[in-house]
Amino acid sequence: MFPATAWFVAMLVLPLIVVFVFSFGERGPAGGYVPAFSFANFLNLGARWAAFKNTMVLAPIGTIACLFIAYPLAYFLAVRASAKWQTMLLILVIVPFWTSILIRSYAWIFLLGGKGLPNVFAALGLGHIQLINTPFAVLVGIVYGYLPLMVFPIYVSLERLDKRLLEAASDLGAPPLNTFLSVTLPLSMPGVATGCMLVFILLMGEFLIPAMLGGGKVFFVGNALVDLFVQSRNWAFGSAVAVALVLVMLVTVTAYMRFTRRWSGGRDDISLM
Amino acid sequence: MAEQNDPIAELRNTSKHYGKVIAADNVSLTIQRGEFLSFLGPSGCGKTTALRMLAGFEVPTSGDVLLDGQRVNDLPPYRRPINMVFQHYALFPHLTVFDNIAYGLRQQRPRLQKAEIARAVDKALDTVRLPGYGTRRIYEMSGGQQQRVALARAIVNEPKLLLLDEPMAALDKKLRRDMQIELQTLQRQLGITFVLVTHDQEEALSMSDRICVMQGGKIVQIGSPRALYDSPNTRYVADFVGKTNFFAGVVTASGDSCQIRVVGLNHTANAPRSLVIGQTASLCLRPEQITLQRNATPADRISVPVTIAARIFLGEHTEYLVKNTDLGEFLVLVPRQAEAVEGAFEPGQAAHASWRDGVGLILGND
Repeated sequence: MFPATAWFVAMLVLPLIVVFVFSFGERGPAGGYVPAFSFANFLNLGARWAAFKNTMVLAPIGTIACLFIAYPLAYFLAVRASAKWQTMLLILVIVPFWTSILIRSYAWIFLLGGKGLPNVFAALGLGHIQLINTPFAVLVGIVYGYLPLMVFPIYVSLERLDKRLLEAASDLGAPPLNTFLSVTLPLSMPGVATGCMLVFILLMGEFLIPAMLGGGKVFFVGNALVDLFVQSRNWAFGSAVAVALVLVMLVTVTAYMRFTRRWSGGRDDISLM
Repeated sequence: MAEQNDPIAELRNTSKHYGKVIAADNVSLTIQRGEFLSFLGPSGCGKTTALRMLAGFEVPTSGDVLLDGQRVNDLPPYRRPINMVFQHYALFPHLTVFDNIAYGLRQQRPRLQKAEIARAVDKALDTVRLPGYGTRRIYEMSGGQQQRVALARAIVNEPKLLLLDEPMAALDKKLRRDMQIELQTLQRQLGITFVLVTHDQEEALSMSDRICVMQGGKIVQIGSPRALYDSPNTRYVADFVGKTNFFAGVVTASGDSCQIRVVGLNHTANAPRSLVIGQTASLCLRPEQITLQRNATPADRISVPVTIAARIFLGEHTEYLVKNTDLGEFLVLVPRQAEAVEGAFEPGQAAHASWRDGVGLILGND
């Protein structure tokens, strides 16, 4: 018990306390932090409203987009694909993970940039379509980067699904679509819940994808934090933004857990992480 | 029930191949309305494949599946008025007992009234003696209760055919006995045709109107439990249904009074399949057809000297494993009354085993 507690204190509680204390301080003359006690930083949060708004809009949309693309993929992998293809396709899902997200985002910059897809559209006579540095580009990057995190939990829950239950449903008169809706889908909900949670939490702290594909126009709270801590060295205000983000996350995640628990009928076998 | 000729389902020359493996080989069988039929055989004999072809989970490679005279080969399982009790029940873990049982009713089109569904589910719960269990979750139920729920989930749809795939495999022996009696009663009461798959000969013998013994994808013999026990067609059936002693010998006379010579002794017995003089065959004697005495018996019986090798007390009966120098080891079943006359035999003692000439069967070694 003790080593685990010590680990949590050192790695989680102490840093949070530091950030919390900093958030009431002031920026030093040469940047950094000077102890003080004022709510000025929190009252000033409105200055970063755009970052919060983008995060709060694009994180849920990104999570849902991931879900809608990942579910059919996971379903195909777990239920339809033959054993030989299953391994092959699973590897294909994992392989991009072996390359840095930075490099993969550069690839998307090229694809969505002026010489990429817009060029193709222009050649087809569709006129100029701006893709890079738009919320759409950020969304594409998010879905691309986080898809495996959504695919795996859903894949596992579908893989574990007792296929005899599908036969039982069919035997009781349920056509394939009804079987899917009444048996497969509810029983894969633990995977869906886990995947959504995983992707959503990580997305709330995302900064690399918006920085690269949003071109400074579409920025997340993560970008604001990088900016405040690294560029303008206003640690106090940065801490206040971080505390606000943690609070927003706590509220959303708690609400989400309540929701999924009620919706799964209070079953214990739903694990969120 | 089995005597009437009112077929409800039929397998007509059906075969099922999985690549090179032949799971069912030209199986033909008529199932009578209202009967309790069992497929009996060891694993891999094709009994489950036969059941799955009836349910619609497997499409025969050749031949036809008929239901009420209609060819249903291409009808998917959800379109067949047939329900199944699965081996491990396959109950929906995310639904309550009530919702599990109501599942089939809710699939019906046109939709049934809610009250109608509730009434049918409650009735089914009563039938399987689980009244008031509707709100329970599946994981709150014991193995025996889960089996009843599986049964209720199937019978509530009033299927034309109820298929049972090794339904008792997961139950302990005592529970299995109770369930066998209950299933039989239920079948009479509901009048639904039951088709059971089992590898347990006791189960098949105790419940079925007819048993279909399978081997290597083929039907070996179909008949009432008594017919299979008293006159098995082949050595395989004799071996699988009840206990049998086989004594190897050579056929010395064929036809109506078939004879076989077993280590120098000539026996007369019935042969269900025609045999050729000079071929090797077996004399089959059920343990209860042999008696044990301390002294040699009158001349009208065939008698051999034996030593008692082991004794198994079974309550009503005592089973003795005895050994004869020429015949080897074989089983003798001694009823309680007979033992009272002769006294119990102890392992190591000498005795005489005897039987009347003419009892038993002569079966080829196939």
